[in-house]
Formats: sequence, C-alpha cells, structure tokens
Amino acid sequence: MDAILLQILNGLDKGSAYALIALGLTLIFGTLGVVNFAHGALFMIGAFCAVTVQRILSLSFVTVDETQKDFLGNALKVKTPYVESWFGPETGGMIIEWSVPLAIIFAIPVMVAVGFAMERGLIKYFYKRPHADQILVTFGLAIVLQELVKYFFGANPIQTGAPDVFKGSFDFGVMLGFNANEIIYPYWRMVYFLFSGIIISGVFAFLQFTTFGMVVRAGMADRETVGLLGINIDRRFTIMFGVAAAVAGLAGVMYAPINAPNYHMGMDFLVLSFVVVVVGGMGSLPGAVLAGFMLGILESFSSMNWIKDLLPGIDQIIIYLVAIVILLARPRGLMGRKGVMED
Amino acid sequence: MLGLNNKDTRFLLIVVFLTLATPILLQPFPESSGMAQFNAGYPDLMQRFAIFGIFAIGFNILFGLTGYLSFGHAAFLGVGSYSVVWMYKLLDYNVLPGLVLAIITSGLFALLIGFISLRRSGIYFSILTLAFAQMSFNLAYSVLTPLTNGETGLQVYGNDPQYLIGENSPTSPHLFGLVMNESAKVNIGDWQFTFNNGYYFCAVIAILAFYMSLRIFRSPFGLMLRAVKSNQQRLNYTGLNSRPYTLAAFVISGMYAGLAGGLLAAMDPLAGAERMQWTASGEVVLMTILGGAGTLMGPVLGAGFIKYFENIFSKINDTVLHGWFGWLPDGVEDVIIFISHFFVGKSWHLTLGLLFMMVVIFLPGGLVEGGQRIAAMLRRDRAKTDDGDDGEHHPKTTPHVAE
Repeated sequence: MDAILLQILNGLDKGSAYALIALGLTLIFGTLGVVNFAHGALFMIGAFCAVTVQRILSLSFVTVDETQKDFLGNALKVKTPYVESWFGPETGGMIIEWSVPLAIIFAIPVMVAVGFAMERGLIKYFYKRPHADQILVTFGLAIVLQELVKYFFGANPIQTGAPDVFKGSFDFGVMLGFNANEIIYPYWRMVYFLFSGIIISGVFAFLQFTTFGMVVRAGMADRETVGLLGINIDRRFTIMFGVAAAVAGLAGVMYAPINAPNYHMGMDFLVLSFVVVVVGGMGSLPGAVLAGFMLGILESFSSMNWIKDLLPGIDQIIIYLVAIVILLARPRGLMGRKGVMED
Repeated sequence: MLGLNNKDTRFLLIVVFLTLATPILLQPFPESSGMAQFNAGYPDLMQRFAIFGIFAIGFNILFGLTGYLSFGHAAFLGVGSYSVVWMYKLLDYNVLPGLVLAIITSGLFALLIGFISLRRSGIYFSILTLAFAQMSFNLAYSVLTPLTNGETGLQVYGNDPQYLIGENSPTSPHLFGLVMNESAKVNIGDWQFTFNNGYYFCAVIAILAFYMSLRIFRSPFGLMLRAVKSNQQRLNYTGLNSRPYTLAAFVISGMYAGLAGGLLAAMDPLAGAERMQWTASGEVVLMTILGGAGTLMGPVLGAGFIKYFENIFSKINDTVLHGWFGWLPDGVEDVIIFISHFFVGKSWHLTLGLLFMMVVIFLPGGLVEGGQRIAAMLRRDRAKTDDGDDGEHHPKTTPHVAE
C-alpha cells in the first residue's frame, strides 16, 4: 500500500509537466488546427527564463575587503549582488533565493510575446498547408530556438535552485499513519503539482466562465460561423496561442529546480507530450490533462522493482506502448471527439 | 539500357560519373591556398555522402512517393549497424555477411513496425513510428545491453569468437581482403586527391541503390505509390487495397536504412544506440525535404548538402573569420564576426534550422525545385524573345508533401 502511494506521488510531478505541455499543445491544435512541434522549445524557453532571472538577480559587483585576507595575505575580493546592496543583505538574499517563483512574473509577458511573435510571424502562413508541412516548419523552428539558447547559455545543464523553504522532503507517511521515512516527498514537487493544478484550473475557468473563453470555445467548434457573426476570431486565436505558450513556459519555469535546464530538454518532453496528446485525444483539453497525469503515474508505477523484474525494461517503453495500443484500438484517444483527425 | 529509356539512362550515367569522380570534384582548391578548408575530398566525409545518400534515397521511396512521414527511420539505421558489428564479432571483419544480415534484419523489423503503423495515416502514422523508434532506442540503451552493449556501444573485443578469421586476415573491415580504410593518394601539382577503398565500396552500393530507386520510380508499383499520395481515398474506392503497396514501400525504405546503417559500421566498426535516437530520424527528414521530396536527385543532394555543411561550416572558427574579414575597418570587422558566430562553428545547426524553415516556407520542393525555377526563369527569358506561351497544356503538379 505504501509503495503504491509513493509511486502515485512520484508520478504526479512528471504527470503535471506532461499535462501542462499537452494542454498547451491541445489548445493550439484545437483552436488553430496547427500541429506545433516547437512546443517543447517553449517549455525550454520557460525554464531558461528562470535561469535568466536568477542570473540577473545575482549580478554582482566586486569590492576589495581589507579586513578579510585570503591565504596569501592579500585583501579578499568580495562579490556583492546589487540586489543585496540595494535592499540590504536580508531582503536581497531572500529575493535571490526566491528567483524561481519570481521568474513567473517575468516569464508570463516574455512567453506571451514569444507566442504572439511565433503565431504572427510564422504559424499564420501555415493554416492552410498540410499537417506534414506544419510539423516540418515548427520542427525547424524548434532547432533554431534550441540553438539560440545553446549559444547564449552553453550546452551544460544549469542548476537552478528552489527557495530554501522548499528544499528537503515532506514525510507524507506519518500523516497517514505509516512509519516515518516510508513515504517522503520533496516539497518542491508538491509545489509543482499544486502549481500545475492552479494553472490547469485557471485555463479551464478562463475558457468556461468568461465571454472571451466562450467565444474561443465556439470558434473551436465552428470557426466559420463565429467569423460570420462578426467576431474577429483570428485575433482571439492568436491570443490563445500566447496563452498556450505561457502555459508551456510556466511549466518550464517551475520545472527548472526539479531538473537542471539544458538546451535539449524541450525536445525530450515534446516527444512524450505528443504521445500524451494523442492518448488523450487530439483536440480534447480534459483528455490531455487526464492522459498527462495517467501516463506520468503509469511511468512511475512501471519503475517499481517487482514490475521491472517481471517485465524487464518496461519502465523505458510503457508510455510508447500505451500510445501504440490506444492509437490502434481507439484512434480518437481517450476523450477525443468523434471524427476529429480520425483516420 | 538496363530497362530505362534514353533520358533516364543519360541521367544514370551522369550520376555514375559524378559519384565516381567525387574525390576529384570535391577537391577544387590547392592544398596551400586559403580555400583548402572548403575541400571535401577526404575519405571520411565522402563515405558519409554516399551512406546518407543511400539513407535519404530509401526514405524518399516512402515519404516522397506515398507521402507517409515517418519519424522513426533511425531505428532501422541502428539495427543495420548492430547486425554488421555482430557479424564482425562472430565471423570475421569481412563486411559482406554483415551487410546481408543488416538488410534482412532491418527488413523484418520494418515489416513488423510497418504492419502496425500503417493502420493509421497522417500525423498518427508519424507518432506511431516515432514511438516505435524511441522504444527501440530506450531498449537498446537499457535491457538489450547483452545485444547492444548499452551506452558503451557495440564493438569487437579480443575475446570474441570470430570463427572465420584466418592467420593473415586484416584486422579492420574489409571486403575479401580489400581493406576499407586504405586509400591511394595522388599528388598533382599542388592538389592532393585521395582515392579511398571504403568510399568506392559505398559509392558502388549507392549507385546500385540509386538505380533501384530509379526503377521503382518508373515502375507501375511506383505509380501506385504516387496514387496513394495524391488521393488514397479514391484509390480505395476503385476497389484497390493500398496497404500492401505502402507496406512494401515501408519495408523497402527500411532496408535502405538498414543498409546505410550497415555501411556506417562497415566504415568504422562501431555501433551505438544514439544512432537510433529520434534526432537521427529527424536528420533524414531534413535531408529529404531540403533536397526535394519526391524527386530522384533531391534526397542525395540534401544529404550531401547537410553533411558538407556539418563538416565545413562547423570548422570555421575565429582565426578563419579574422582572415576573411581582416581587410575591413576594425569596428565593422568585430560586428561581422560577432554576427557570424551565430551561424558557424559550434552553432552551425542554427544555420541548418533557418535554412530548413526557409525551404519549407518558400520552396516546398526543396533545392531541386529551386534549381528548376532558376532554369525555368532563364528559359523564359530566352523564350520571350521568340514566343511567350508554348501552347501546351500543363496539368497542375501534385503537392510535394502529402497530408
């Protein structure tokens, strides 16, 4: 029992990342009908937003401190971040420590701008082209974005720490009456899960309860009719592209402390999140979220030792295996609408 | 000749000539000149031209003719490499048994994957093939380590049986004694030409592969594949089952990929799982689209283009750039060099990505279409002087990338 609970918990954080990326992918596919292979790159840009904010906040100037000597007897050079000198070491240190959550504020406008630029500058010209063309051009774009990030940040993963409060783990088992240290769960992963829950419900609430969201949903169902009613549906869809980019970006920002960002993390996630979208059903938002969590948990279950002994290597391929079975048995996915891309 | 009409025979002969003369044609600059770094006539690179040419030709038979975009062809490349290295380990360094095994195993593997994946089309097909390739890659890295030697990569060790190896057998890949990495060097004036056994072996196989694909393009079978691309539904309504045809195309292109992978291991007796990763599948897609999907010569051009720039562009460093722009005023020089940094050296992939996007946006037919457009423009200029319209009926060409 405790082992099962632990695996469910372990699957949640990865599942959250899958669900967030897949949600963005589905938003883009559902509104614009575009298969966006550059979505993983947006996730990566988000993670590098966190890196950038951390670097900006810890920009420092060097002072020579005469009171301290290094081992050769020379005066020690002390690096002081500007933030610390402005706000005092207490507050300044706090700000630097909290750079990842602060990066959210920075990432939202950046990601929305990137999304707008992508949609207006490139994707717009590909609405009428075949899906294969869309895949190819966004694949090219993903390479370009990836290389740009590599150029500025180098090829190595960059450690980006979470605030100290969230370091360490939470003993989940004690709360439920198990022995201590049986079910422990890192705080930051819990934060990630809660965060993704907020984002996902935010997107759904936005679509469900606002007039804007209502129009967008109507446009997803029948774009032409909404256009004939005198609504500029293209503009709303562009905004939705920005929202989808922001969702992917925020998923990336918060993921930075879990896995040190590197330039190809987007591609690694992209392949899996496409699988997630297909399993959930192309164009179905709840499907994408459900499939994301389901596959994340399934992946962590299959890495349990006794399952691995039974079926060696299953943890490496389980997601693909599920995708293949679903695609063959039920091509519209778990919750896909009938007739959407069903061939 | 060889079952081809005159035009195709001429085409084939040109290809044969170009392939055989590659060591000379790619060495246009004298050794001592500043341009020598643009020479591509060294064995390693020429072998890659031929091998990836084969890979792309095979991919084009599937993608160019039927329009099915596979994102998993690297799996067959890896299977081919592993087969060849296993034959080294079990028999001896002769490449022939390995290559035969590579074609057979990759063919069988393609039959299995194709049988399942071809139940779906469009993006679902792409994702299915991608899923299979990633599965093979992950398994090769982890559970299949006894077969693939995991992260280290498969190679020949001293304690391998090598049942057929004789006293005087070469200890590197060879074809009945013809050692692959030996080459003859000829110096003419300031030029140095390298004629490498391995390259010529690959070149002969590439020519055969090209000839096969030419025959497929011109055959009724090829016509059927084109019909699948232009309108599969209509084909089904006429009472034809298109799946055997697409499956055959898939298996053939898988065998081409296996052969290419085998040749990679025949040139350098190593096989690693990273050859199966999806980036490798992406590379062959890039090559085919860049050159021109659905054309005979396009994929080969694309493969050559990408491999050339991969090797040459990535070698351009600061010293070279300073040498080029040294005549400019200092400030301008620094700016230009700063900008070029984005595109050359380590970040040449950026150039590739941009170029690829340009091609998909503006030239869906790839480099071949670009060439044709330029040729047509020149011809139109000439035609304008005597007659504008040629009075013939031109049907609309089918799109190069199918849905």
